[in-house]
Amino acid sequence: MIEEQFSTGQSFVHGLDPRFKIIVAILFSVVVAVSSNLLALLPALALSLFLMALTRLSPRKVFYRLLLVNGLILFLWLLLPFTYKGETLFTIGPLVGTKEGVLYASRITVKCNTILLAMIALLATTPIFTLGHAMSKLYIPDKIIHLFLFTYRYIHVIFQEYRRLTNAMRIRGFMPRTNIHTYRSYAYLVGMLLVRSYDRAERIHRAMLCRGFSGKYYTLSRFSINIGDILYLSLMLAAILGLVFLQWRAIA
Amino acid sequence: MESNSLIINLRDISFSYSEDKLVLDHLSFHLHRGDRIGLVGPNGSGKTTLLHIIMGLLRPSSGRVELFGKPANEEKDFKAARRRIGLLFQDADDQLFSPTVLEDVAFGPLNLGKPPEEARDTALKTLARLDLSGFENRITYKLSGGEKGLVSLATVLAMDPEVLLLDEPTNGLDEDTEEKITDILKGLNLSCIFISHNLDFLSKCTDRMYAMSNGKISFDEALVPHPHIHAHEFGRLPHEHKS
Repeated sequence: MIEEQFSTGQSFVHGLDPRFKIIVAILFSVVVAVSSNLLALLPALALSLFLMALTRLSPRKVFYRLLLVNGLILFLWLLLPFTYKGETLFTIGPLVGTKEGVLYASRITVKCNTILLAMIALLATTPIFTLGHAMSKLYIPDKIIHLFLFTYRYIHVIFQEYRRLTNAMRIRGFMPRTNIHTYRSYAYLVGMLLVRSYDRAERIHRAMLCRGFSGKYYTLSRFSINIGDILYLSLMLAAILGLVFLQWRAIA
Repeated sequence: MESNSLIINLRDISFSYSEDKLVLDHLSFHLHRGDRIGLVGPNGSGKTTLLHIIMGLLRPSSGRVELFGKPANEEKDFKAARRRIGLLFQDADDQLFSPTVLEDVAFGPLNLGKPPEEARDTALKTLARLDLSGFENRITYKLSGGEKGLVSLATVLAMDPEVLLLDEPTNGLDEDTEEKITDILKGLNLSCIFISHNLDFLSKCTDRMYAMSNGKISFDEALVPHPHIHAHEFGRLPHEHKS
C-alpha cells in the first residue's frame, strides 16, 4: 500500500531533524502557494530542485511521482489559454490562445511542481511514524496526529479486507458490467467495507483501553538538534524570506 | 496485595446484544490467584463476551463484577483493574496498532506512566523474553501471522499483569509457533483464563476446564486423559505426533 520508498536513505536531508523539515515544508509551501510572480516562483523552483538533489533520490522515481500530478495539470493547459481573456498569443483554428492564459497556466504548473518537489524532498524522506512524532513535538493537536497515524496503520488492513471481498466476488464469477447488478454489488462492497472498518475501529479501541489508554499518546522517540539542523533551518528561512521579498518587490 | 485470593468474582451476570437472546444468562464465575482455567464452548456461546465483561469493555445488564476484592461498576474501577489484568485479543491486527513493534510493546508501559527510557527498556526485555530480539524496528503490519501472535503477547506481558486473559491464543498459528507460545504460557507464573478450541493446548496450559454453552458455564471434572486411535494418509510410515 504505502511503501514509503523514499523514507530510507543516508543523505543529509534524511538525517535532518524532522521538526525542522516540517516547519520549512509548511512555510515554503504557503509562500509559494500565495506568490503570483514568476520572478519569485522560478527561484523557488530552483530551491526545490536543489533540495531534491541533496536527497540523492532516484530521479526516475521522483519523475514518475511528478507525472501523476502533471497529468492533471495537462488539462489546465488544454483549457486555460483559450478561456482566459487577454492579449492574443496564438490561434488554432477558431481557438484563440491568450498570453495571460498561458502565463496563468505556467504559474500553476511551476507552483505545483515546486511544492510537490519540496514535499517529496522534505516529508517523503521522513518515515511516517517519525513525522507523527515530530508533529506532536510541534504541538499539533493529538487528535490530528492520531488520525494521521491510524490511517497509515490501518489503510493496509482495510485494503486487505477490500481484497478479500473482491476476491470473494470474483471467485463466484462476478464481472463488472454497466448494469444494476454491478452497481448493487459494488454498493454492498463499499457498505461492507465501512461496517467492517467500523467494527475494527471498535475492537482496536477496546484493545487500547485494555492497555491503559486514556486519550494521551506517549512516544518513545526523542529528537536532537545538531549544528547541521540549525544551519539548514537558518538558510531555508533566509531563502523563504528572500522569496517573500522577490514577490513583494514584483507587486510594488 | 489483597489477603483474599479471589481475584475475579462474577455473580449472576446477564448480558445480551439484542433483546431476544441472552448471551450470558445469570452466569457466575470465580478466579483465584494462581488458577489456570480453560474455557471451551461452541462459537457464540459467550466466551469472548465474558472476557470483555471482566475487562469492563462491556457492561452486564444485571449482576455484579468484583475485581481484586472490590466491586467494579464504573469506568474508573475498571481502569484501575486493567493495569493488573491483561487481555490478549483474538485478532492480532486489533492489538497491534503502532507502526513499529517497539512502539507497540512500549505503549502499555508508557500508559502506566513509565518514563520513555524505562518503557523502552521494558519493551526490549519483554521482546527478548519471547525470543523476539531484533524485532523492535519491524513494521507491525508486515509481520507474519505467527510473529504477530507472539508480538501481541509481548504487548500484554510488557504491562506485567497479574492475570492474563487469552482469547484463542493459538488460533491460526502453525505448529512451531503454537509450541513456542505453549511453552511461554506454561512457564508464566500468572493466573490465567484461556479461551480455545484447541483441547491439546488447553490440557497443557490449564489446571481446569470449564465448558460454556447457552450463556451458562459448567465445570466438567470428568476430563480424563485417553489414548486415541486415529487414521490419516501415510499413517503406515513411522511418524510422531507432537501434541
